[in-house]
Amino acid sequence: MPATTKSQEPVFSAHQLTRHYQMGDVLIQALRGVDLELYRGEFVVLLGASGSGKSTLLNILGGLDTASSGELRYGDTVLSQADDKALTRYRREQVGFVFQFYNLIPSLTALENVALVTDISPSPMSPHEALAMVDLNERSSHFPSQLSGGEQQRVAIARAIAKKPRVLLCDEPTGALDSKTGSKVMAVLHQINQQLGTTTLVITHNEAIAAMADRVIRLKDGQIVDIQHNPNPKSASELSW
Amino acid sequence: MQALQRKLWRDLLAMKGQILAIAAVIGAGVMVLFLAVTTLDMLERAQQRFYQQAHFGDVFVDLTRAPEHLIPQLQLLPGVQQVQSSVRAPVRLEVVGFDDPIRGLMLSLPEQGLPRLNQLVLLRGHFPAEANEVAITEPFANAHQLEPGDQLTAVIQGRLQRLQISAIVLSPEFIYQLGPADLLPDYQRFGVLWMPRQALAHAFQMDGAFNHLSVSLQRGVNPLPVLDALDLLLAPYGSRGSYLRAEQASHRFLTEELEQLSVMAWVLPLLFLGVAAFLLNVLIGRLVRNQLQQIAVLKAFGYSHGALLLHYLQLACVIVVIGVVAGVGLGLWTATGLAELYAAYFHFPAMELRVQLRHLALALLVALLAAMVGVFSILRQVARLQPAAAMRPAVPPQFQRGLAEKMVLRPWLGQLNRIILRNLLRYPGRSLLSVLGIALSSALLLVGSFQFHALNALLDIQYRHILQMDTQLMLSEASPERVLAEIRAEPGVLAAEAFRMVPVRLHYQRTSYRTVLQGLEARPQLRRLLDQELIPIELPAEGLVLTRYLADYLGVKPGDMVQAELMEGANRLVELPLAAVVDEPVGVSGYMERRALNRLLREGPAISGVWLLTDPLKRTELQQRLQQRPAIAGISQMADIEQQLRNYIADTLLGMMTILLLMAISITFAVIYNNARIALAERSRELATLRVLGFERYQVGWVLAGEVLLLTLLAIPLGWLLGTGFAWSLQQALTMDLFRLPFVLEPSSFALAALGVLLATALSLSLMLRRFQQLDMISALKTE
Repeated sequence: MPATTKSQEPVFSAHQLTRHYQMGDVLIQALRGVDLELYRGEFVVLLGASGSGKSTLLNILGGLDTASSGELRYGDTVLSQADDKALTRYRREQVGFVFQFYNLIPSLTALENVALVTDISPSPMSPHEALAMVDLNERSSHFPSQLSGGEQQRVAIARAIAKKPRVLLCDEPTGALDSKTGSKVMAVLHQINQQLGTTTLVITHNEAIAAMADRVIRLKDGQIVDIQHNPNPKSASELSW
Repeated sequence: MQALQRKLWRDLLAMKGQILAIAAVIGAGVMVLFLAVTTLDMLERAQQRFYQQAHFGDVFVDLTRAPEHLIPQLQLLPGVQQVQSSVRAPVRLEVVGFDDPIRGLMLSLPEQGLPRLNQLVLLRGHFPAEANEVAITEPFANAHQLEPGDQLTAVIQGRLQRLQISAIVLSPEFIYQLGPADLLPDYQRFGVLWMPRQALAHAFQMDGAFNHLSVSLQRGVNPLPVLDALDLLLAPYGSRGSYLRAEQASHRFLTEELEQLSVMAWVLPLLFLGVAAFLLNVLIGRLVRNQLQQIAVLKAFGYSHGALLLHYLQLACVIVVIGVVAGVGLGLWTATGLAELYAAYFHFPAMELRVQLRHLALALLVALLAAMVGVFSILRQVARLQPAAAMRPAVPPQFQRGLAEKMVLRPWLGQLNRIILRNLLRYPGRSLLSVLGIALSSALLLVGSFQFHALNALLDIQYRHILQMDTQLMLSEASPERVLAEIRAEPGVLAAEAFRMVPVRLHYQRTSYRTVLQGLEARPQLRRLLDQELIPIELPAEGLVLTRYLADYLGVKPGDMVQAELMEGANRLVELPLAAVVDEPVGVSGYMERRALNRLLREGPAISGVWLLTDPLKRTELQQRLQQRPAIAGISQMADIEQQLRNYIADTLLGMMTILLLMAISITFAVIYNNARIALAERSRELATLRVLGFERYQVGWVLAGEVLLLTLLAIPLGWLLGTGFAWSLQQALTMDLFRLPFVLEPSSFALAALGVLLATALSLSLMLRRFQQLDMISALKTE
């Protein structure tokens, strides 16, 4: 499969995004004016300390949350003004999510967890194909409780990519895994980015992972403080954890 | 410990909806328990006190005429403590301003002093001393607003006599005051009166004689030899056989009522507290599962097993106490209402509702016991928990593909329905008990509705199919057939049919039964005899026809020979072949062709009464003319009787139905609401994931609602099945001499049973889905 060229066509463009929450008496400023563009096929790592606003940014990009002010465009769509129904549709058709704690449905087998998504997507790959991409076809009839952490996360990745999303958003995908398993999961994410040309945004605490990225974005106190371009991203196996 | 107490209150507040739902179920159970035991206690105390105070007899004998000088001899019978003879006779009464005929029963009072047995309780006035003075019962007095000093007219042996009311009284013999052959008390149309013995005896040619005997027994004596001795001694005097209290009409009705109450006292509370135990198990089980880490931390800090057990036990106890307080309150409130209802039917000098400490203790104990049963397994789990084990992260819940899954799950079901089914199959015990709980409510609704329809069907059979007359005339004594011809000739009479009625004791092998033998036309038109399909049957020229209930009781089949002791005239014992059985929902009788009965009695074609079909336009005048006839002892209007029955049903049954409906809805609501809340709490992460993956709100809502709906849908047929079983048991339990409920289940009963639980399901679902709307996707996903 040919590596997709990373175009200069932005998938997302954010302008002065802010997000604040009222927590009791305290007003929390999670994002304080973020300007950002993400391009097709890019592999981006988002670094930052706890509370820096990276999860909030990812949630807004993924349509799980909406910005308090500012504009967010996804292609021609203005996401920052979309209603609940439009956001649901957007999540269903465009975005794949991978979480730290996998969030598999415990009552469904690996294959059925993937089928959950392919059932409602317009042009998905087959669940078997998706599981094959994460090298888990032979465990397809196992329930989450019968899988290891790494396997569960790979099922979660298979579930995220099976709809052939244009965007893959991963919140600490290796946070609950040991380094060896984590490296394997990152390899899978990288491989999918290469094969499918999916724009991939990965949140992590782990500086080492940044070496894989085309771009590394650092957040601090709800603002972007640094963007690094990486002309020669390493593969997952080359990383030292 | 203070911090733990605070945690207790916070936990309680967080689960207030579920706690109230469970407390409501406990409350319903406790309410019924408390209602039943308090009312039972009230009636039993009132009965006991009245019987003691009034020296109520143990054995009774009705006879034709026995000389008073027998009394010393009877007094000496072994086992007998006290004997009281009396004269009693049917009379007709007239009260100014009331046009309907009134039947009365006149009893004698000793000339001097109080009777030794069955003493009257004087409420107002003074006991009659003059020949024209009478005492009347309170309900009769109230029905006509009569007071001492008022007058009424009696037709005694055809002679009109003005009587002065001197006393309003109550009698232990008429706590339940029922006219002969009546189904329900009618205080306006049936009265009981007492007058001095000589005056009454004189009017009925009973000077120096008696026709009723009451006997009290020495403590601990076997009554049967006494009955035999009395029968032997009194047989020559037309004794209709001595009988025990158990067969005394008023006592029997009271006993039946008490029995029904004691059944109610344990059956319904058992069901409700069983459901409550299950709900507590689920609720506290889930709480403990969610708090395993907290428990481990507390243990690590040095809290003892005991302290933690107590903590969760207290939680259960708080729920129990809320339920018990509510239940006792409601029980007391409904008991007050029920006591009023009882006061309208059972007349005691004093009936007092008392809150007994032991009843409160019983209610609390039973509810606590149910709670303990519910939480026992969970507390054991808390005690066994190792601090280290609980600190490790939770493993995803285990799912397997069992046999059940292969049977139920189909590929076309889709993933969402698969989630629903797997969750139900994962906790089969919980699902099954939920289904059972909902089914139980549905069954309660079905039973309530069944009672209603069955009673309606009973009245329809009795008043539309069997009784075709509108008026019944009882003659004061057996009369020649020409009386029928005379009555038939009265203007306004459309049809008239005579009957003969004789008290009889039927024997078959070792079983016997006292009832009446009715002599009817071979093809009675105004009072039909019906078979199982409600088709009129014809009486055979010879031989006996019995109500099926009586034939079954005696154990006779058509063709068998039944012995009949005719308790009129010479008390002959005759053998009669059983020719057929008839199906009647009300009463227990034997039937014969009228002339065949006359021949058995060795009399001419005599009649005891006449049934009439009358012209509604001329009915009032006809009634007035008939009332002038001295030969007529009583006139009853069928429509009045039916109306009374229907009123009684409306009074008692509809109230009961409402309570059942509320209770059923509270159970369903509690079961479903708890299930749904737990599903929502345990699986909020799963539901949030589905939303993130792009499922619409309604689709994710379906995962919650579908589970609950499926439980309800499974429960409905089971509820129908259980309800049919309950209805059948109820019908069996209510099969008694007085009436037998037909076993009819209307489609509307099934519909009500289903709709009731669906309504409760919809209610709890709407509450739960509102909560689901507030589900925060992001925070649900972040939690580990």
